[in-house]
Amino acid sequence: MKNLLFVSRHAPYGTGIAREALDALLGASAYGQNLSLLFMDDGVFQLLNAQNPSKLNQKNLSANLPALPLYDVENIFVHSESLRARALHADDLVLEPKLFKVISSQEVAELMNQQDQLLSF
Amino acid sequence: MSTLHTVNKSPFSHSTLASCLSICQPGDALLLIEDGVYGALASSPQAEQLRAVHAKGVRVYALEPDIEARGLVGRRLDEVELSDYAGFVRLSSELRCVQSWY
Amino acid sequence: MVSRPLVFSLAVYGAPFSAQASQTAYAFAKALIDVGHRLERVFFYQDGIHAANVLAVPPQDEENLTEAWHSLAREHQVELVVCIAAALRRGLLNGEEAQRYGKPASNLAPGFEIAGLGQLLEAAVTSDRLITFGA
Repeated sequence: MKNLLFVSRHAPYGTGIAREALDALLGASAYGQNLSLLFMDDGVFQLLNAQNPSKLNQKNLSANLPALPLYDVENIFVHSESLRARALHADDLVLEPKLFKVISSQEVAELMNQQDQLLSF
Repeated sequence: MSTLHTVNKSPFSHSTLASCLSICQPGDALLLIEDGVYGALASSPQAEQLRAVHAKGVRVYALEPDIEARGLVGRRLDEVELSDYAGFVRLSSELRCVQSWY
Repeated sequence: MVSRPLVFSLAVYGAPFSAQASQTAYAFAKALIDVGHRLERVFFYQDGIHAANVLAVPPQDEENLTEAWHSLAREHQVELVVCIAAALRRGLLNGEEAQRYGKPASNLAPGFEIAGLGQLLEAAVTSDRLITFGA
């Protein structure tokens, strides 16, 4: 089993990157690997609650996030400095606090160094 | 276990390089590619931060074909070494993982 | 030549002519093969799928990346895999998909195959290195 970290650094809706990162992650769950997901930089905006893209005719990207543990994505990390720089707090996020871990830049570096591959989005 | 970081965005219009520099650890390597090579300029908004991580033990490279293409030969910081595509391959095989910042 | 050859796979997310990603990936691919590593698979996702459009007609003095990838794949047994979901959304179809969706033409270039996103994951699992070329 390999350690694979998906790094999601882009905001939703303005480009397709965030959605295609999530599609790739959900598709990955069938492969029985040790999957982790890290939100950092503008990627933390994907976690904001009260997203409603219906007037954009796009799917709500945040709707799938609470189900990630069902897809064997056990480890969800959020970069603390990215949250702080955007004045976001844990209770602004669509995920229950028990579903993710807020980590520092130093911990992000350590997390990357524990992986077999990084999937950069 | 160390990571190769590639950055392909100009620091004059994106925070990509700043984010990467805040994560780089001693033993990691940073390779500036495509528009990321503007980060090799002394006038880059992240020039001080780049010097600081280099002093900490992060090797910093810029892809030579991208430097040449953009007329940046002779304008890079002393801390930034040039690499060709074979050097890019060598770095990605020496280091365990590659994080692409784009 | 390298003493310990590794197996590489690449993920390409930028479209030719819109982003440099596809050209950088191709130059990297050639370099890794030249020094003796093995390139197993190139996975085209997001706008990267446009590299597989056989109908693209770049001016003669510009590189035709579609043909360049095809030759590289033929000479070195590289799998060129295009993500099916990304391809269908953007109008890149093989004969089978064109027929399935009642479209008047197909445009997947020779040397490329259309497959699921799982191929990206499989490349991450089976290769020593996965390198992403983002746009």
